Amino acid sequence: MHSQWTWQANRVLCLTLLNKCTSGRVNSLRPNPANGHALMTLKTADIDLAGPVASEARPAPRRRAGILARESRSAYAFVTPAFCLLAFLVAYPFVLSVWFSLSDARVGTAGNFVGLGNFERLFSSSIFLQTLQNSFVFTAAALTCKIVFGMALALLLFRVTRFKRLIRGAVLLPFIVPTALSTLVWWWMFEPLYSVVNWTLKSVRLVDHDLPWLPDPYLAMFVVILVNVWRGLPFFAITLLAGLVAIPRELYEAAEADGAGPVRRFWHITLPLVTPVLGVVILFSAIFTLSDFNIVYVLTKGGPMNMTHLFATYSFTLGLQGGEIGLGAAVSLFLFPILLAVVFLQLRLMRKAAIYE
Amino acid sequence: MSDAIALSRVRTVRARRWRAIRPLLTVYLPVLPFVAFALFPLYFMLVTSFKSNSELYDVGSVPFWISDGATISHYQLLSAETPFWQWFANSLIVSVSATVISVVLGVLAAYPLARMRFPGSDSFGVAVFITYLVPPTLLFLPLTSVVNWLGLSDTLWALIVTYPTFLVPFCTWLLMGYFRTVPKEIEECAMLDGCNRLQSMLRILLPAAVPGIICAALFAFTLSWNEFLYALVFVSPAELKTMTVGVFSELIRGDIYYWGALMAGACIGSIPIVIAYVFFLDYYVSGLTSGAIK
Repeated sequence: MHSQWTWQANRVLCLTLLNKCTSGRVNSLRPNPANGHALMTLKTADIDLAGPVASEARPAPRRRAGILARESRSAYAFVTPAFCLLAFLVAYPFVLSVWFSLSDARVGTAGNFVGLGNFERLFSSSIFLQTLQNSFVFTAAALTCKIVFGMALALLLFRVTRFKRLIRGAVLLPFIVPTALSTLVWWWMFEPLYSVVNWTLKSVRLVDHDLPWLPDPYLAMFVVILVNVWRGLPFFAITLLAGLVAIPRELYEAAEADGAGPVRRFWHITLPLVTPVLGVVILFSAIFTLSDFNIVYVLTKGGPMNMTHLFATYSFTLGLQGGEIGLGAAVSLFLFPILLAVVFLQLRLMRKAAIYE
Repeated sequence: MSDAIALSRVRTVRARRWRAIRPLLTVYLPVLPFVAFALFPLYFMLVTSFKSNSELYDVGSVPFWISDGATISHYQLLSAETPFWQWFANSLIVSVSATVISVVLGVLAAYPLARMRFPGSDSFGVAVFITYLVPPTLLFLPLTSVVNWLGLSDTLWALIVTYPTFLVPFCTWLLMGYFRTVPKEIEECAMLDGCNRLQSMLRILLPAAVPGIICAALFAFTLSWNEFLYALVFVSPAELKTMTVGVFSELIRGDIYYWGALMAGACIGSIPIVIAYVFFLDYYVSGLTSGAIK
């Protein structure tokens, strides 16, 4: 009874809408017997309309094919400029990079095919093995710090009520300022003679002599990681904060009513619900941390004794400064498998999210 | 009886005071080191740029503030002895052009991806996503040959052409998410009224998506202003360098570091971005999170 009335009301509404859209050509509307009341077939004076909702009126198959073809033609027209740019300046260079890595190309010469010769040379070079190790240490350490402190900062920012914009703005600033320029100030802060860090450590009597921050391999690695964390932390904090805001309040109220303390609320509500966002942030950051160039190049240029080289800086040193383009391209291609893994995981995460929606 | 009342009053007063102080201790105090960590280097950059050389290179003086009088000599050195304002102009030209190109191409590519079904739409979407994640450091060597082959090396065109390689995927991705939030129905009405796709996009969707476009443009501008690697590799004459590369490579000559001037350059180089940031903070936040959340 009730549904009959609803359908009647719907019919009136649909007819009104359709007539508005089709300038009064629709004159009857009947339920489609195959689909019950939800779907309906529309009989009109000159066109056949069939669809779940009247406002999404669809043309007959023959015309639909024509419209779809026209639709895709205009879609291709829209997409073409971006497609050409990406094909010519991303896809083609990538293929070129693979070719370089398999050749003995140098600056000014095309080079000959040498198979996997470059990779063999790399794996027998202690500098490259050191670079491999550095990349792993750098990425693992920087990511861990960013995850832990980023989460802590996000939780704190979530509870900030006064000066909210000011504090969020201040915290996000390192991410916005040009990295190459902000790294200069870190260099100055760790400068051997006039380091403000050493000055502070000495005045609170933590050390009695200047620490050789950048000339010492291990300290240099520490500084490079520190600067990367300084720059990357805001991205984690702000994105995780957005994830925290999206968690429904009711869950916390229910857990609190059931007697769960703050720690248990974090482990059983916050962490599981923020995990998808955290996953995406980690994947993003993994690729951009691993491929970092600016910080290492400005602070240490890969030194001392090649102890802070990452793939990007080593590839730069070999390919551009040393002129061995083939070898340099081979080094930079080590980023690619990790890129693929990240893309694969990201797409899986996004599909999952799409299913949940 | 009155004792009990007095006691409970003391308790409520204490509880109230605790409630007032609690966020101070559990939120604002712990957030302080994070804020200090974020801001100190930038503060130190500013302070250093106004310090006189004698104070700068005095091991005994307190480095945290200026005690010997502020000076603008570092800024003067920058203006007088380096093509600093030329670098600034170069950065501006490159960033604005790259931003305009990228936003236009991004809008054009994002629209069909968000709204239309066409054969290959899914794979193009995935391709855009992959290129979005490709770091510039993976491609700078082959791009050098492409730039040489196009005859663009040592011109600003090299940067205007190559920056969109990472900006277009970013803008497309961001705008795609944004376009999807605009209801389809308004456009459908427009098209029933006889608009074609282009008209419907220009007249209906774009006005509704202005915040998304501002956001994409801001990020594109920031990313190109901050770019370092391509600018370092593709352009070598001193007067054609951009801000980031110029300050870094021209102010360090051998072992002589002009720390005051370096910091002055870093300050001025950061200012346009910081100004944009102060005015459009919310756009930055939404752009940052939309990439990861949507």
